Amino acid sequence: MRPENEAELAEIVRGANAPLVLRGGGTRGIGVPAAGEVLETGGLSGVRLYEPGALTLVVGAGTPLAEVEGMLAAEGQRLPFDPPDMRGLLGREGESTIGGVVAVNASGPRRVQAGACRDSLIGVRFVDGTGTVVRNGGRVMKNVTGIDLVKLMAGSHGTLGVLTEVAFKVLPAPEAGATLCVGGLDDGQAVAAMAAALGSPFDVTGAAHWPGRGTFLRVEGFETSVRYRAGELRRVLGRFGPVEEVAGDVWQAVRDVAPFHGRTGDVWRLSVKPSEAPALVARAGTEAVLYDWGGGLVWLLVGAGVDLRARLGAFDGHATRMRGLGPVPAFQPEPAAVAAISAGLRAKFDPKGVFNRGLMGAA
Amino acid sequence: MEMPQPDPAILARRDRILARLAAVLPADALISDPAETRAYECDALTAYRCLPMAVVLPRTTEEVAAVMRACHEEGVKVIPRGAGTSLAGGSLPTPDAVVIGVARMNGVIETDYANRFIHVQTGRTNLSVTGAVEAEGFFYAPDPSSQLACAIAGNIGMNSGGAHCLKYGVTTNNLLGVTLVTMTGEVLRIGGPFMDAGGLDLLGVICGSEGQLGVVTEAWLRILPKPEGARPVLMGFASNEVAGACVADIIKGGLLPVAIEFMDRPCIEATEAFAKAGYPDCEALLIVEVEGSPAEIDEQLARIKEIALRHDPVAYREAETEDQAKRIWLGRKSAFGAMGQMGDYICLDGTIPVSELAFVLRRIGELTESYGLRVANVFHAGDGNMHPLIIFNANQPGELEKAEALGADILKLCVEVGGCLTGEHGVGVEKRDLMSVQFSDADMEAQLRVKDVFDPGWLLNPAKVFPLYVTASRRAA
Repeated sequence: MRPENEAELAEIVRGANAPLVLRGGGTRGIGVPAAGEVLETGGLSGVRLYEPGALTLVVGAGTPLAEVEGMLAAEGQRLPFDPPDMRGLLGREGESTIGGVVAVNASGPRRVQAGACRDSLIGVRFVDGTGTVVRNGGRVMKNVTGIDLVKLMAGSHGTLGVLTEVAFKVLPAPEAGATLCVGGLDDGQAVAAMAAALGSPFDVTGAAHWPGRGTFLRVEGFETSVRYRAGELRRVLGRFGPVEEVAGDVWQAVRDVAPFHGRTGDVWRLSVKPSEAPALVARAGTEAVLYDWGGGLVWLLVGAGVDLRARLGAFDGHATRMRGLGPVPAFQPEPAAVAAISAGLRAKFDPKGVFNRGLMGAA
Repeated sequence: MEMPQPDPAILARRDRILARLAAVLPADALISDPAETRAYECDALTAYRCLPMAVVLPRTTEEVAAVMRACHEEGVKVIPRGAGTSLAGGSLPTPDAVVIGVARMNGVIETDYANRFIHVQTGRTNLSVTGAVEAEGFFYAPDPSSQLACAIAGNIGMNSGGAHCLKYGVTTNNLLGVTLVTMTGEVLRIGGPFMDAGGLDLLGVICGSEGQLGVVTEAWLRILPKPEGARPVLMGFASNEVAGACVADIIKGGLLPVAIEFMDRPCIEATEAFAKAGYPDCEALLIVEVEGSPAEIDEQLARIKEIALRHDPVAYREAETEDQAKRIWLGRKSAFGAMGQMGDYICLDGTIPVSELAFVLRRIGELTESYGLRVANVFHAGDGNMHPLIIFNANQPGELEKAEALGADILKLCVEVGGCLTGEHGVGVEKRDLMSVQFSDADMEAQLRVKDVFDPGWLLNPAKVFPLYVTASRRAA
């Protein structure tokens, strides 16, 4: 099914009494695929409002991400949170939609400085499980009116409603950038080097460690400022190892987890306290690893079907299986009291249980 | 402003309820003598006051949980309170409710510079969070103007902002995790010292929920390295329209100042009379502040100057010394004090799309005139968060109601042009009855469902945020 507008979509949902599988571009879905009839959002596309002078963008949720990014680039602006392209990692084809980006709260290397997708999202419209259209947030960046369902919808993986419209605070794209690489660091040294850089006043917009390639730090902004901060950062990093300036294309590879492309095995994503990341990785028995967000985000490649959480034991953070099918759930199980709240919210927003049923753990 | 009738059954059980609270708290943590609870009868929205049944001031999360369990079992309403600086009446008590104040829970649990977070009890004041980390060169970014007094608990409750949101975001963008005590006394940890809590974004829902979902007793906050320096520039313009256009051009120019503050003529005149900051005589004034090294600041200010000059400013002053910088901020920072000199005032908090700035200011002028009142405007122009100050005389019968009516009209205007009722103060009781201007019943119903899940008995801070007619059946159930 592919509704052409919000009213059609609401009609479909009102009449639905069997599970629906929500699909934007089909490029980012994770977890055990839910069963049901596919409901595509591609018809809910188009720009509703773009005001560069107010840093505001409102678009239909089915609008292709590439179209959104192209339009912003034409005005010298961009989405602050750097959404990754997951097709190579997940082995998907298709065209990512902006609604799909929001549904999984997709955020790339800049997240460490500019926040996640949910931090730039300022408004949503969605159709809930009863077929009712709900609006929350709006088109202004400072808004505390009522309960914040905008954040709730971001990262809800299509289990609470079908997004029809999303609004963002956008940012100017920087005119220049510089990437520094520290060579030869082990994981622990790399995380320490990234912490030193992120703890400096030089406004680092990327901090990644690619074992075997190097530890990468990025600054962006006006040309003279970038030169100054890159120079200062060199001094900060000098005590960790040899520093050289390299091309910036490493960031797209980090963002899209390119080192894992074409390799078999399960892919896991950890959100952790950066300083604890190396010890966790050591426990994981991983085939490959990539650190982003200064070590706060860790990508791991492990054998198919491995219960990574059992290997890691308890830690501050969570582990999500991004690729692969196994007996353990893709999403980190929540403590019972929190799980009860999540289940309660799903039951309220999707009382018929039709949206991506069971995807995030609660059937 | 209407509040529901207190529950007579609860009032009748007062002694028993106090005894239950006394059983789970140290003696000095329970206050029920009206001479002492008087201090909690209102927050910074002083127009509305009400003595609560009791006030509890626990020192630990366990004590909060014990109080919540007791209140839940007794069916007693709970009003969470931080430092009581809400301008929206967010912690206004009712006679049949117990106020849980977190003021005594003000410790720092952990600071971690390598991982850039601080873990605090939420009674800690906003400014003292920065105070705890500034020696190491860090700060906590959200900076509401009450930051000397306001508590992190209230900041989380209201999702507080400040003057520097354009660059650093508001509370929700700087909050990593919380310890939340639910109405049944369960202690939940949501998020923690890592980025992006897993599962549904409950943290995002809790932040800004105005004490509707639980009592937040601990928080993990993101701390940031302090910039090398900051410098403001002041510019005066011949009209609000021109100043508004200049703001849009600065933003379009790829600059991201940490603050863009706007003052209109009535505000400039009032602050000049009060603080004598030496502001230019003009219709509208912008204070733009940028950050970085001295050379970076120079470069950004050069670009800003180039943009500003295209708009024929009647004044353009860069701060060359620390003292000049202070003078530029002096008037802005004393704006509220200056208004206090002129009379009583109501401070509004609507947000508008930046592109509507000039139109909205003109309409506010017309509305103000039709009410025969005075309004001064001072606000965060970069993000469109307006703070019109309505000046009135509380001693003159009917003036408060008139000022409130004008305030409501201005907030409706904010919504009409695509904005919202409140940018950083919260809804509380103050804007409760205007919610239906911004939201349909279906929009509100979706929000109520969240409360249904966290607080099915509707005991937490009820009769706030949503119009009474919308919540009546739930509160009665």
